Amino acid sequence: MVERRPMSDFLTHAGLMLSVLLIAFPVWVAFVAATHDAARMTQVPLPLWPGDHLWQNLKVVLIDGYTGSSGGVPMWLTLTNSLVMALAIAIGKIVISLLAAYAVVYFRFPLRMLFFWLIFVTLMLPVEVRILPTYEVVANLGMLNSYAGLSIPLIASATATFMFRQVFLTIPEEMLESARMDGAGPLRFFWDILLPLSRTNIAALFVILFTYGWNQYLWPLLITTEPHMTTIVMSIKQMLAAAEQSPQWNLIMMTSLLAMLPPLLVVVVMQRLFVKGLTETDK
Amino acid sequence: MLKRSHFRPGLLPYLLVAPQIIITLVFFIWPALQALYESFYIQSAFGLGSTFVGLENFISLFEDPLYIESVWRTFLFSGLVAVLAMSLALTFAALADRVIRGALAYRTLLIWPYAIAPAVAGALWIFMFDPTLGIVSYTLDMFGIEWNQAVNGTQAMALVIMAAAWKQIAYNFLFFLAGMQAIPPSVYEAASIDGASPIRRFRDITLPLLAPTSFFLLVMNIVYAFFDTFGIIDAMTQGGPANATEILVYKVYQDGFVGLDLGGSAAQSVVLMFIVIALTVVQFRFIEKKVQYA
Amino acid sequence: MKKFLQIGLFASLSSLAISAVAQTEIQWWHAMGGKNGELIQGMADKFNASQNKYKINPVFKGSYAETMTGAIAAFRAKQQPAIVQVYEVGTATMMYAKGAVYSVEKLMKDNNQPFDRGAFVPAVTSYYSTPEGELLSMPFNSSSPVLWYNKDALNKAGVTKVPTTWDEVGAAAKKLVDSGMKCGLSVGFQSWVLIENYSAWHNLPIGTLENGFGGLGTQLVFNNEHVKNRLATLAEWTKDKRFVYGGRAGASLPMFTNGECGMWINSSAYYGSIKSQAKFNFGQAMMPLDTSVAKAPQNSIIGGATLWVLQGRPAAEYAGVAEFLSFLISPEVQAPWAMESGYVPITKAASDLMQSQGFYANNPGTDTAVKELSLNPPTANSKGLRFGNFVQIRDVINEEMEAIWAGTKTADKAMNDAVDRGNKLLRRFEQSVQ
Repeated sequence: MVERRPMSDFLTHAGLMLSVLLIAFPVWVAFVAATHDAARMTQVPLPLWPGDHLWQNLKVVLIDGYTGSSGGVPMWLTLTNSLVMALAIAIGKIVISLLAAYAVVYFRFPLRMLFFWLIFVTLMLPVEVRILPTYEVVANLGMLNSYAGLSIPLIASATATFMFRQVFLTIPEEMLESARMDGAGPLRFFWDILLPLSRTNIAALFVILFTYGWNQYLWPLLITTEPHMTTIVMSIKQMLAAAEQSPQWNLIMMTSLLAMLPPLLVVVVMQRLFVKGLTETDK
Repeated sequence: MLKRSHFRPGLLPYLLVAPQIIITLVFFIWPALQALYESFYIQSAFGLGSTFVGLENFISLFEDPLYIESVWRTFLFSGLVAVLAMSLALTFAALADRVIRGALAYRTLLIWPYAIAPAVAGALWIFMFDPTLGIVSYTLDMFGIEWNQAVNGTQAMALVIMAAAWKQIAYNFLFFLAGMQAIPPSVYEAASIDGASPIRRFRDITLPLLAPTSFFLLVMNIVYAFFDTFGIIDAMTQGGPANATEILVYKVYQDGFVGLDLGGSAAQSVVLMFIVIALTVVQFRFIEKKVQYA
Repeated sequence: MKKFLQIGLFASLSSLAISAVAQTEIQWWHAMGGKNGELIQGMADKFNASQNKYKINPVFKGSYAETMTGAIAAFRAKQQPAIVQVYEVGTATMMYAKGAVYSVEKLMKDNNQPFDRGAFVPAVTSYYSTPEGELLSMPFNSSSPVLWYNKDALNKAGVTKVPTTWDEVGAAAKKLVDSGMKCGLSVGFQSWVLIENYSAWHNLPIGTLENGFGGLGTQLVFNNEHVKNRLATLAEWTKDKRFVYGGRAGASLPMFTNGECGMWINSSAYYGSIKSQAKFNFGQAMMPLDTSVAKAPQNSIIGGATLWVLQGRPAAEYAGVAEFLSFLISPEVQAPWAMESGYVPITKAASDLMQSQGFYANNPGTDTAVKELSLNPPTANSKGLRFGNFVQIRDVINEEMEAIWAGTKTADKAMNDAVDRGNKLLRRFEQSVQ
C-alpha cells in the first residue's frame, strides 16, 4: 500500500472482522444446534451457545444412524459413499481431460475439430437440464445404485479439458523438438515431459473437482435407491422431508457439519493450489 | 489452436480422445436428443404409452403465464444473486487488499463457504429463518418484523437469494482479490502523488482495471444462479410459496420428476438448453479474448 | 483409471459379501421418517425373524411425493421395488397404470392368502377400490384431519367449550389472540383439510363424475360459494392473527407445539409428534362444521397412504409380498402401529383390540379420526377422490391458496384459477393414459 494511516487500518480490520462474522454466522448456528438435544431444539428461543450433547449427537448420526434418514443408515457409510464419488469424479475428470487435451493440442488428425466441439458442448448441458433422459440411460445400462452410476455421467468436463489445453499451449515448442531428438514417442513425451510440467495444475484442479463431486445433490438423489448408497448431502434433504414428522434439527445440523467438513478441509489446507486452480481453470 | 510441431496422425489420438468422447456421447448427446424427442410427445407417467403431439408441449408452455413468470423470475433471481454476491465480494476484496499482516488469515476465513454444498447451505439458512424456531426470525420478531417465508413470497425470494449469494461470495472474492493484486503498485503511487484519496483511487483506477474480471464473474454468477442453486431451493422452499421461488431449473425437475409430466418437462429442458448455449457462446468468446490479451 | 476400477471392484465385492444368501429379498419403499420410520423397520424385522424364506427390506425415500415419483422413475427403468407406499393423491395415477400395478386383492388370491374386503373400515376401502369393488392397494396408514387444541391456552383465554362449528372456532381464535397468543388457528396440508375434507364433511362435490370415480372425464368443481366463503373468512382472520398460515404439509407443527397457535387442524397422525413435543395439555376434536352449509357433518375422507404392489418383479417375490401383507394387516401388528403413530386402525379387528386393551379409555380423543371417517355411509361426495395428476393439482391448489394468504388474490379468483389450472392437468392426464 502507498501510505499508512492507523485510523484507516483500524477500519479495514474492523470491516474484515465484520465480513468474517457475516460469513461464519450460519455455521455457528448450525454448530450450536448440533450440541443440544432434540427437546431443546423445539423450544423458542433457540440457544446461541453450545450445549453438552455434541458427542451424543455425533454418535447417533455417525455410528448408530437413525430411521429419520434413509432407513437408519449411519453417516460413516454415507461419508464413505460421498468420498468414493468425489474421488472418482475428480480423478476421472482429470485423467480423461488430460488425454483429450493432449490429443487436441499435439496431434493433427481428421475430425479433430468435431471432437473439440463435442467436448465443448458438455459445457452447455448441465446435468439438471437433461436429468430425466440421463437417468434413463444410466438405468438402462444397469448403473443405478453403483459408484459407476454416481460418477461416470459427471466425469466428462469441458472446463478441465480447456484448462489442460491452455497449459499445453504455453509449453514451448522446443520441448517437443528436443524430445523428438532423443527419440521419444508420443506416449513417452506425455509421461516424461507433459505430466511433470502440469503437476501443480493437476493438484489445483483436484481440489476444485473434489469439492464439485462431493457437493453433488440432485444426481445422487435420483439414481440411488438403496440406503447403503446414499451420499451425505442427499441424506440431509431426506431428513428435512420426512412425511408427517417435524425435522430433528440437532441431528440435521450435525449431519450438515459432517457434510461440510471434508471439502472444507481440502479447500482450506490446499488453499494455495485451490486459488491457483480456480483462477486458471476459468480464465 | 494447434502446436506448430505435432505428432503424425495415427490411431493414438483417437484412443486418447475416446474416453471423453464416449462419455459425452452416451451421457450428454444421447440424453439431450432424447429430451428433444420426448418434447414432442405426451407420455403416461409409467411410460406405458405416449402420444405424438407435435409442438403442443411448447405451445402450452409459452401460453402458460406461470412459465413466462418463471422465466422473468429466473433472470431477476440470477441478477440479484450476482449483484449481491459480487458487490459484497468486491468490498471484502478491497478491504483484504489493504491488509498486509494477517492477509492469509482473512483470506482463509472468507473463502471456505465455497466448499459448502448448495443443499447444505439451504439447510443452514432455512434453519436460521424457520418462522417459529429460527434464530433470525425470532430476533426480527422482537423488532416487530414478521418473518414467514411460508406465506410471504418476497421474503422467500429474499431468503433464497441471500443463501445463494452467501455461498458464492467466496468464489467472487478470490477473483477480485487476484485481480487487485495483479495491479502494479506504481499505478497507485502515481495517483497518490496527485493527492487522490483511497476511495477515489479505488473508483478511478481499481474498478476500471477490474472490468474484465467483473464481466467474466457476471457470466459465471449467472450460470451458477441458473443451475447450481437447485439444491438451495429444494432444501429451502421447494419453489413456493405460490411459485415465488420457482426458477426454471426447479420447474423442470418439479414438472418432470414430481408432476410426472415428461413431455412438458422435456420441452422446458430444450428451452433451457438454448438459454445455456447462448450464455456459453458469450462466455466462450470472452474467454478466447482474454487468452489473447494475457 | 486403474485406481477407479479398483474402487469399483472393491465396492461390488463388499456389497456381495453383505447381501444375504438364499433368501428372497423384497424391497419396500416408504416415506415414513423419524419415529414412524423406526416402527416400520420394527415391523420388517419382526416379519424377517418370523420366517427364513423372505427378507423385507424397507427403504426410506423421503417425502410422499419423492417416494412415489422415485418408484415410477424406477419402474420406467425396470428397477422398481415390489412394494411402494403411495399417498392417497397418487391413487388415480397408480390405478390407470394398467400394466404397472398388481391388484392387491388378486395378489392375495393368487397366493392363497386369506383376504376379506369386509374386514376393513369402509371409508378406507372405498378410496382404493375399482367401481366393481376390487381392492387395488393395501390400506396401511390412514389418517383424517382433526382439530387439535391447546387445552391450557383455551382455558386461559376463557373458552369454556371446545369449538365444534366454524363460528365457534372464530370466536375462540379471537379470545386466544386477545389473551396474548401469537395466533388463534393454523392448519397443515391445506388442500386436504380446507378443500378436500371440507367438501366431504359438508357433502359438497370436489369434482364431477363422483369426484372422478366415474371416469377420466371428470372436472373440478370446488370453486363453489361455500368453499370460497370459508377461505375468504379465513383470509379475513389473517389480518388480526385469528388465522396464521404456517406452510405446506406439516410445517406449521412447531407453531402448535410451541404454544404459538391455540388450535391446529391437521392429520390425526401427528399424535406421536405432539405428544413428545407439547409442554401443555392438548386434545383433539372433530373438524368444525359450517352451519350455513350443512346441518350435520357427513363423514371425513382419509389421508395417509396405502401399499401398492408393482408388476415386473421375479415371481418368487410375490408369494413373499402376499405373506408380508397378511402379516401387516393382522391386528397384532396394526394395533400397536395405530397406537404409536396416531394413524387410524384400518381393520375392525385392530380397532377392537385397541378398545379391549383400554387404549381409547386411557387416551381420550384418540378415536376422533375413526369416528369422523365412519360417521355416515359415504356418499358420492365423501367416499374419496380419484383425479389424475392430482399430485400436481395439489401443488396448484397450494399455490393458489398461498396467494390468498399472502393477500395477492381474492379467494374467489384463487379458487377459479385453481380449478382452471387443475382441469388443464386433468385433460393432460386423460391424454396421457389413452
